[in-house]
Amino acid sequence: MTGAASGVPVTITPCPNGPLLVRGDFRLDDGSEPHRRTVALCRCGVSTIKPYCDGTHKLVGFRTEDEG
Amino acid sequence: MSERLIQVLTGSPDDGAAWADLARAAARISPDALRDDDLQLSLFLLYGLHYGPAEWVRGEWEWHPELLSGRAALEERFEGDLRAQVPVPDEQQGAAGIPDLLFRMTGVQSGPSLSRHLAKKATREQAVESLIQRSIYTLKEADPHSWAIPRLSGRAKVALVEIQSDEYGAGRPARMHQSIFARAMDAAGLDSRYGAYVDVVPALTLASLNLMSLLGLHRRLRGAIVGHLAAYEMTSSIPCRKYADGFRRLGFAEEVVDYFEEHVEADAVHEQIAGRDLAGGLAEDDPETIPDIVFGAAACLHVDGLVGEHMLAAWERGESSLRTPA
Ligand code: FES
Ligand SMILES: [Fe+2]
Ligand SMILES: [Fe+2]
Repeated sequence: MTGAASGVPVTITPCPNGPLLVRGDFRLDDGSEPHRRTVALCRCGVSTIKPYCDGTHKLVGFRTEDEG
Repeated sequence: MSERLIQVLTGSPDDGAAWADLARAAARISPDALRDDDLQLSLFLLYGLHYGPAEWVRGEWEWHPELLSGRAALEERFEGDLRAQVPVPDEQQGAAGIPDLLFRMTGVQSGPSLSRHLAKKATREQAVESLIQRSIYTLKEADPHSWAIPRLSGRAKVALVEIQSDEYGAGRPARMHQSIFARAMDAAGLDSRYGAYVDVVPALTLASLNLMSLLGLHRRLRGAIVGHLAAYEMTSSIPCRKYADGFRRLGFAEEVVDYFEEHVEADAVHEQIAGRDLAGGLAEDDPETIPDIVFGAAACLHVDGLVGEHMLAAWERGESSLRTPA
């Protein structure tokens, strides 16, 4: 993922026990256009639509002890 | 009462007073507002005056004092029955605990699941019925929660607008969730005009939308509409995955599958913003809304749970979940 030189700075917000919310002028390295302005990136590893989150982290009891 | 209301709405404003008396009487004698076809249809028609466009939405009826007075009687009864029936968790929560409480409330899987049935077993007719049932809200998707925008401030307001912007396509009309659903209905051979199926769905389905309009249209209930949206978003991604699988299994058009797949991804974003920034933010800024945030979430789960149970029970008996098969 790369931030464009012009445009809104990228912010990444970790959600406790869940995905990373990404906002701003970002792009994915695979060249695909993000489908929406704010995306949730999976960090539990079990999403069926990676790199995006599909909520499955809730079914597998994914924990991020360090935050929130 | 709903028949008289239709006569009033298509006739002259002078009939409003007589209708309001009828509404007050109907509110008094209803055995259960959530399952009362007449009461829920009347509320649906009256709330429709604030949305439109629809056949019955014209003229100056929106702010007509007698209709508003009759509506108030129906709403008081509806809210009273909800407050009495909806199970609310009895733990006391401070603002900081609200996001976690909402995720816990929506994490409990209770009873048989409509989405699981759709994924694995539903027939094509049942799948079509589920689109009809869903259309009562989804052709107006996001609208009832938008009433809350001017009633919030700060972080909660920013969060609600961020979610709603995505619901409304973020600048791309074709990606408005309402429009995606209308295309899904067209592709499934259904009528995508608002209210087309209002006569065939049961009271509970109308109650599900009327609940959102009730909570959205009263500033007093701003906590509850926020809680409602949080619960709705938190119970969407995973079921929508199953719906998408089901509609694909049954050979429905890509437009139908697209609606559900869009929600797998979108609502995994929305649930985080709704739980943490919207509901959590409101709870911090305006702690007196906390009990209603929890009530709104519980009411969403309760009413939509009843709709799901009704549909599964009807199909179990080999019947249609509609009042009269479409
Ligand atoms: S973080 Fe949500 S599915 Fe992985
Ligand atoms: Fe949506
Ligand atoms: Fe959503």
